[in-house]
Amino acid sequence: MEIRTAFHKRLREIQDDVLAMGSMVEKATGLSIEALKARDLDLARKIVADDRHINARRFEIEEKCIQLIATQQPMAVDLRAIISVLSIITEIERIADHAEGIAKIVLMIGDEPPLKPLIDIPRMADKTNEMLRRSLDAFINRDAVAARRITTEDDEGDDLYNQVFRELLTFMMEDPRTIPRATRLVWVAHNLERSADRVTNICERVIYLVTGKMEEIRG
Amino acid sequence: MKLDSALTNSRPPQYRGTKLSTRHLNLFYGPCQALRDITLDIPERAITAIIGPSGCGKSSFLRIFNRMNDLIPGARVEGSVELDGIDIYHRSIDVVELRKRVGMVFQKPNPFPMSVFENVAFGPRRHGRVSRGELQDIVESSLHQAALWEEVKDKLDQSAFDLSGGQQQRLCIARVLAVEPEVILMDEPCSALDPVATLKIEDLMRRLAEKYTIIIVTHNMQQAARASDVSAFLLMEGDICGVLVEHGPTAELFTKPKDRRTEDYITGRFG
Repeated sequence: MEIRTAFHKRLREIQDDVLAMGSMVEKATGLSIEALKARDLDLARKIVADDRHINARRFEIEEKCIQLIATQQPMAVDLRAIISVLSIITEIERIADHAEGIAKIVLMIGDEPPLKPLIDIPRMADKTNEMLRRSLDAFINRDAVAARRITTEDDEGDDLYNQVFRELLTFMMEDPRTIPRATRLVWVAHNLERSADRVTNICERVIYLVTGKMEEIRG
Repeated sequence: MKLDSALTNSRPPQYRGTKLSTRHLNLFYGPCQALRDITLDIPERAITAIIGPSGCGKSSFLRIFNRMNDLIPGARVEGSVELDGIDIYHRSIDVVELRKRVGMVFQKPNPFPMSVFENVAFGPRRHGRVSRGELQDIVESSLHQAALWEEVKDKLDQSAFDLSGGQQQRLCIARVLAVEPEVILMDEPCSALDPVATLKIEDLMRRLAEKYTIIIVTHNMQQAARASDVSAFLLMEGDICGVLVEHGPTAELFTKPKDRRTEDYITGRFG
């Protein structure tokens, strides 16, 4: 018979909040790439403005965690879950900052003509979003195996990043006038690459939650 | 944080208003003052915890609400205490009727020396005529509400003393529920219980708070933190007992108390 039903209900609510925050950030990353592709400055401005909602959500979850620690004396897996949430929401919030960063680059680019059709950058964004979604599923399902698998896929993201970088470098070498535009796209790709790294950090926390072991996945 | 939002945050959504209130309450036992100028609202259908060091007046304060202090020679109350806006110390108040509306659970489980069934049936029998069938229903529903039915349904005729300590305490809660109170006062209800029985009572309190107003006195700060929506901190300062230092949403009081004395007490810097 479960005894601490009220406490466990509040813990589940916090986990739902983390999922909701994850969806907000996934959307922000997706929209930032839409804005880049469409040169949609209004959308970019909206992404920048909406980042404060994500920050507010993070503080709200943090506050709930602090209250549970202070009032409920969580133990063992419950304690690890709350500690993991505190780390995970920090990582998610930083991924949102990367999406905001991309939106700001879109505003810098303004209405300059596109350098080339965008193919690999949207793929990087899709990959990052997919990894984020699955890392949060692993968190909810307490699935350390799935979390570990996601970290191995980060290499794919790195490969895409290197590919984008090499391609843009070629443009710049062929025609130095493209340097400003190409550099901005490198920044976009770099933001996405950082986001994928943060997903790896989330996976480390899922492994800690399940196994109790803190380990650096890629040292 | 507003009280309302503290309570709706995974707390009983039925929170409505004030059930009990004291205004400039003073309590004297002969020449000694036990409570000093306490003004406090107790929210309806929520759990209010009264915390503070030994001898600060917690239990005296709790017993104000069902006039148990009346039984102590030389006890004298000043100020007002209202239940649903009615002064419970007014001459016209029937104390027996008041104690039916404001039930009490004590530190040590104190079942009567009779069967499980008779313990719960005792109150309804005294308070009015009920048929055997109605009594059966009341006993069953009270035991259900006290989360005890499944454990005792096959031993209703056995002595209440055959139950474990935790079961006896839940039986005492069922006994209170059987007379359909509105407020339940709990005076250290878990101090004689083991940790698992304690958590069971706390979980039960959370469910009961959907329907009843609960006030709990506890010297166990962790329990107050875990189980209550609102906390009030009483203190003894020098010779002066029963000073209300601070009260507010429990989550606030235990994470960012406003008063330095509360902070020192809950962090173990004095006590």
